[in-house]
Amino acid sequence: MTKNKAQWNPTDIKEELLKKYPPKVARKRAKQIMINEALEAGTPPEIVANVRTIPGIITMRGCTYAGCKGVIMGPTRDVVNITHGPIGCGFYSWLTRRNQTDAGADGENYMTYCFSTDMHDKDIIFGGEKKLEAAIQEAYDLLHPKGICIFSTCPVGLIGDDVHAVARKMKEKFGDCNVFAFSCEGYKGVSQSAGHHIANNQIFTNLVGENKVAPEGEYKINLLGEYNIGGDAFEIDRILKKCGITNIATFSGNSSYDQFASAQHADLSCVMCHRSINYVADMLETKYGIPWIKINFIGAESTAKSLRKIGAYFGEKKLIDRIEEVIAEEMPAVEEAAKKALPTTKGKKAMLFVGGSRAHHYQDLFAELGMKTLSAGYEFAHRDDYEGRRVIPDIQVDADSRNIEEIEVTADPELYNPRKSEAEMKSLEDSGFKFKEYEGINKDMDEGTIVIDDLNQYEAEKLVELLKPDVFCAGIKEKYSIQKLGVPMKQLHSYDYGGPYAGFKGAINFYEEMDRLLGSKVWSYMKAPWQENPELTATFVWD
Amino acid sequence: MLLRHTPVEIKERKALTINPAKTCQPIGAMYAALGIHGCLPHSHGSQGCCAYHRSTLTRHYKEPISASTSSFTEGASVFGGQANLVQALNNIFNVYDPEVVAVHTTCLSETIGDDLNQIRIKAEKDGKLPKGKYMIGAPTPSYVGSHVTGFSNMVKAMAQMAEPTDKKNGKINLIPGWVEPCDMEELKRIAALMDIDITMFPDTSGILNGPLTGEYKMFPEGGVTVQELIESAQATATIALGEWCSADAARWLDSKHKVPCSILDMPFGLAATDRFVNVMRTVAGVSVPDAITHERGQLVDFISDMHQYFYQKRVAIFGDPDQLISMCEFLRSIDMYPAYVVTGTPGKKFVKRIQEICSDMPFEVKVKAEGDMFLMHQWIKNEPVDLLIGNSYGKYIARDEDIPFVRWGFPILDRQGHQYFPTVGYKGALRLLEKFVGVLLDRKDRDSPETSFELVL
Repeated sequence: MTKNKAQWNPTDIKEELLKKYPPKVARKRAKQIMINEALEAGTPPEIVANVRTIPGIITMRGCTYAGCKGVIMGPTRDVVNITHGPIGCGFYSWLTRRNQTDAGADGENYMTYCFSTDMHDKDIIFGGEKKLEAAIQEAYDLLHPKGICIFSTCPVGLIGDDVHAVARKMKEKFGDCNVFAFSCEGYKGVSQSAGHHIANNQIFTNLVGENKVAPEGEYKINLLGEYNIGGDAFEIDRILKKCGITNIATFSGNSSYDQFASAQHADLSCVMCHRSINYVADMLETKYGIPWIKINFIGAESTAKSLRKIGAYFGEKKLIDRIEEVIAEEMPAVEEAAKKALPTTKGKKAMLFVGGSRAHHYQDLFAELGMKTLSAGYEFAHRDDYEGRRVIPDIQVDADSRNIEEIEVTADPELYNPRKSEAEMKSLEDSGFKFKEYEGINKDMDEGTIVIDDLNQYEAEKLVELLKPDVFCAGIKEKYSIQKLGVPMKQLHSYDYGGPYAGFKGAINFYEEMDRLLGSKVWSYMKAPWQENPELTATFVWD
Repeated sequence: MLLRHTPVEIKERKALTINPAKTCQPIGAMYAALGIHGCLPHSHGSQGCCAYHRSTLTRHYKEPISASTSSFTEGASVFGGQANLVQALNNIFNVYDPEVVAVHTTCLSETIGDDLNQIRIKAEKDGKLPKGKYMIGAPTPSYVGSHVTGFSNMVKAMAQMAEPTDKKNGKINLIPGWVEPCDMEELKRIAALMDIDITMFPDTSGILNGPLTGEYKMFPEGGVTVQELIESAQATATIALGEWCSADAARWLDSKHKVPCSILDMPFGLAATDRFVNVMRTVAGVSVPDAITHERGQLVDFISDMHQYFYQKRVAIFGDPDQLISMCEFLRSIDMYPAYVVTGTPGKKFVKRIQEICSDMPFEVKVKAEGDMFLMHQWIKNEPVDLLIGNSYGKYIARDEDIPFVRWGFPILDRQGHQYFPTVGYKGALRLLEKFVGVLLDRKDRDSPETSFELVL
């Protein structure tokens, strides 16, 4: 136990974090800051999540448009994404999520382009539908893409442009180009999460199921909620291929139009980021009969565990043996790298405040490095991401969630096909196999750790001051205020332009990165020699 | 080829902007506001805008960018943002305790018609704006102008803090325009060398190029103080650098408080710096110290030494109007040809100015305001250039077309140094030339066959 921990217990820390807020704000924040402890029956306490950010508080969150265009559709290379709005939103979401892609044999890749209707004041006054229509036509004439997606920004919702009607009209006109739109105005919902939901709903409605011919391959899966930051999806694809597993579609890292359009041919959906996409997994099951499991490819152990889970699902010896061979082949290099990093990393402490699953997944990587997570939380999670899916029925739908379309899905009369019989599913479940299950972050965190939803700059700074972690993980906006405190900060949205960190090779990269970051000499330079010992104890004598 | 879909053939586009050479007003306002001491910029709209602007500024400056937001959700969009802003002000002064909150609007709050001044009065009445603290506001609709317009609007809001007075304090207001923190530092150095007492606003030096000390200060040392802004009406004169960035504020001080103003080009390159120093000298009534004349001579020396590498080289350049005007003049002064000049910011005067500056070339410069990088790339594909100058987004064109590339402008997301090494003034011009020569000679070295690969260039 470190000196700081002895000084501060979690309750004091919580109190300290809340001290400066006006009473009303403090009351609200108190419900979003939770000291992790097992209650009766091992259930962790309730946390308030997915509620509005308090105006004036410097939040880590972004908006619905960012979640929709930036996160979900951004990584799809052969769709032309047109932002309908003034120039800013399109500009800021242009290449900033590090959406790596392999342009493939057809070479179609529009991700390096930023398309916008660049609305001016006259479009706001007289309406922007005509301009949008013309912009779609120009994009079509210029590029002839398979698909064009339209994203609404804040003013579009206010002035009432019917982007869906324009999209339908143009789709009909073209015949050979799928055009659809997203009502993802920034003010909808309370965070990026609303945008993920809106995007996934539209992909599911407008794209999935289009390709009637099943792709070749054995053991077909979909990988849901993986966005290929720093090439994560490339590494996962490498491993899956090596194991003989066919990944039909990644939603949406290194993704393509045809991948989405063929997703219904998979026999299993594997969910990485529960937050951004759990509803698509449910819809794929309801409509097509594809079961889903939660997996995690962050951390070598987690990767092995997830591969074994996929193997167990298909249940064929050939696959199970191959998976074991691959793990046996990959692990020695991982263990070697861990051995090198451990002297620097062992016993060190981390804090993670990222995304809607990363703050959970990355704890596995830290555990492999002998590191503890003192405090963690999500930017845009809902209660189920903290407490597990069992709380979903209890989550109250508020006004901010109500304006996000819920699509009704029923079994497809032709394509619904249960992948396993009820008896097979039951026998798997009886052997401990869990479908449709996510237990949330709280369960995996130590007792007494602090879980905080929608962390803000003030609380981040306070936490670091009080608990002095050895590394803090968040995003670019948080990076330098943490580092000014002399604590290394690792971006886990953009990976500080490193990565991949998924899979086996990714784990090695992460071990090396932590070794470098925690071992860097720079953190010892904060004070100049004359600041360390300000009193003059001796002088040179010149004469 | 990263931009493989860009065709050589140019077709007119009326509705679709591809690869913009501008962004939106609020980010400019946020940057300007960071140049006030003890100021928290506040974005009045949904929280995505604020997140995007903070992210982009952070990536460019590699420094913490603190800014708050009114966090609009659907309700605020329908009923107006007053309640959110009043609540925000209450929280801001309780939690962060700034001297001043600089609010800018977004396309959302502009479209619903929120009136910042009226909200400020309401906040004062409700006691949410503590005595002795300030809220200033700038309307920055994203669908008008560009990030440059937003910068200018916030600088004007700063000038509007000036209080009427009969006193004169003998100082000169210097409005530097959207330049880097180190450029602001350099302008202060030049003024100090000339022994001129200035009030510079905004002043991001010390704020966006701060040291690493193990302490985090939300409001670091540096920036123009509120008191200095209040007293800006007492100045002898205002020198404003850049028509697009600084003129509105200067003209406002002139018409409202009778502080006469000179509006100059930004001092990038030889001639623009000459004019800047000359006007400073005249307005302040001082003589130019030898140290500055010496620096000028060093720049002229560099130009003469390296002239053969600049001579008649074709350049494509994109960025913001004030910077481009001075840079094109500089390029012409060293006998380079600005072949393509593109800004995303609107302004008819811009095209005319660039055409004037480039009127002595043997071919006509292709220049466009409200243009985009897609068009510039097509021009390059039709007739190549020897050098590309612009922000980080130019790297895709540079790679595809194999063009030497110098990063200059905003935003620079993938390199360091722009916050530390100035490009204004004579010293800054030396650095620009060093960069140009560096990439041009690297290319020469790379492309030379072994027989003519030479040690000394």
